[in-house]
Amino acid sequence: MRLSDPLTVTAADAATDGTADADQHPSPRLWTARQTLLAVVAVPVLVAVGLLCGFLAPALVTAIVLVALVLVTTAIWVGLRGRYRSWSYREREDDLIVARGLLVRRLSVVPYGRMQFLDVTAGPIDRWFGLATVQLHTAAATSDARIPGLPLAEARRLRDRLAALGEARGAGL
Amino acid sequence: MTAPPTGPAPTPAELADVPAQWTRLHPLSPLITFARTLGVVLVIIVPRLATRSGDLVGLGVEAGILLLGVVAGFISWLVTRWRVSGNELQIETGLLRRQSIRLPLARVQAIDIDRPLLARVFGLAELRLQVAGSGSGRGRLAYLPEAEASRVRAQLLALANGLHGGTPAPTGQLLFTVDNRRLVLATLLGTPSLVLVVLAAVAVVLGVLTDSATTGLGMIPPIFAVAALLWRRLNAEFGLTVVEAPDGLRVDGGLLGTRHETIPLPRVQAVRWDEPLLWRPFGWCRLEIDVAQQREARRDDNSAFPDRALLPVGTRQQASAVLARVLPDVDPYRALDARPPARARFKAPLAYRNLGLWSDERYVVCGSGVLRRRLVVVPLAKVQSLRFVQGPYARLLRLATVHIDLVGRAWHAAAHARDEGEADQLWPVLAGRARRARSGAGRRVSAPSTSERLSEQQPI
Repeated sequence: MRLSDPLTVTAADAATDGTADADQHPSPRLWTARQTLLAVVAVPVLVAVGLLCGFLAPALVTAIVLVALVLVTTAIWVGLRGRYRSWSYREREDDLIVARGLLVRRLSVVPYGRMQFLDVTAGPIDRWFGLATVQLHTAAATSDARIPGLPLAEARRLRDRLAALGEARGAGL
Repeated sequence: MTAPPTGPAPTPAELADVPAQWTRLHPLSPLITFARTLGVVLVIIVPRLATRSGDLVGLGVEAGILLLGVVAGFISWLVTRWRVSGNELQIETGLLRRQSIRLPLARVQAIDIDRPLLARVFGLAELRLQVAGSGSGRGRLAYLPEAEASRVRAQLLALANGLHGGTPAPTGQLLFTVDNRRLVLATLLGTPSLVLVVLAAVAVVLGVLTDSATTGLGMIPPIFAVAALLWRRLNAEFGLTVVEAPDGLRVDGGLLGTRHETIPLPRVQAVRWDEPLLWRPFGWCRLEIDVAQQREARRDDNSAFPDRALLPVGTRQQASAVLARVLPDVDPYRALDARPPARARFKAPLAYRNLGLWSDERYVVCGSGVLRRRLVVVPLAKVQSLRFVQGPYARLLRLATVHIDLVGRAWHAAAHARDEGEADQLWPVLAGRARRARSGAGRRVSAPSTSERLSEQQPI
């Protein structure tokens, strides 16, 4: 295996490459939750815009605006499913890998030893679906490793495991 | 700047005086701290005194305000005291809202001595203790007499290194002195002036086209802004010297105000090697250093030093020599040997010739920059996290970028627009190398030198 010169992959690199840990995914309820959130926001907006246009604008304009809004909402509705389905994470021996994104593909590698703190958050709709978001923070402002839509038990397990690993592997700055 | 960088070693008699008792700052401190406010007040009051000498009420009010200020300054001096107790620096301040600060010396990242212009006039200096994360506002002793400041600094550093408080500061070896004539020229040729010239050209063209002089007036604020920027940089970096000592790199310099800072080498997060466009014909470059600390120069002090370079301007040989002491065995130019594939020109047409990547077991070097070539050297042991990012356009070109996250928010390194397949291999390789570098760094501390012990005591 050889990258473009002079970044040559050494034997040490190859030896630690490829761990067998499996990819894990957020709960399938995640995109249902996000779609519910979208519906909660979009339906009142649609009704409000429809009423406003109905009173103030000609019928044709109202129809065009409503159809456009419905189309956009549907596109987001469908897109959300793909976006949240693309989310996956993998707990390796020394670091956590989080991959996401359909349009913009992103992948974050955060070593356990670099974790400064962990966030577990759950909004009202997430709570209703029994989901939570786990986010890792390092000393770098640009680090971004967030796993949304974990079932509460899994979120708790991940939090405790990451916290324990962070303690064990902690390194100075 | 006139003081020799290493300074005369303090005599044992001087060192014997450990301030274990509560001590006050220099009585003139409030005057310097509030100098700017005082100046403004005087500017308002003095002309009115001259013109309305008969108006006793107005005079009384103004004198009262001035007196109130003096009393407030005096009280702030009276209630502020500090001492070194055990391995802590303790500062107590505030009359109504008492604040008691305990700074464990083992957590101190660096100790700087600042001498703003006014403080220099009175022979005073400010001592700043840098602690990771928190700003410098907490651990400052402003102001002390200059001799006392350097003595206290040596003592605190010795204590921070786990030595006896009376140990004199170790002497060092001069690494670099900036050539002041070159510095002036280079500062004028830097990016701010380039921006100014472009702005001026736009203004002239607009002025000719619209046939009016008002567009010329619009140029005045940017000219002042750029002049102020250049002046601040020059003021901070004039006569800069770098001395290598066992406790780190000592950087001294300044024109009107001076600053003396010590950078512990194990703290270095990354080094930036910059070559602005107009410096290229001269073969000059600039080295900046990233340490895990934040200066709050903007808000809290009147010295207002900008972040200073390690090497404001120098030849490539000088820069290589200094870099070799900070991060040994790395040649940043090798990054330019491994450019992204030619199709990356469609993604980054202007920056393409500055893009590049190089890595071994200890470092990763990334090149970037449109006008200015910027090579960031990151010790792999300091990498916080890695990110692979591929947008739709990059996917079309089968390119991807691997970001290397560094402490804080100011610095950034990224291997831009690499081949997709290469980037896919790159992040696991870099992650593995960073892991080995971290554990390697952990092992090395088992036999700490003085400077390394400083780092070992403060895992954050």
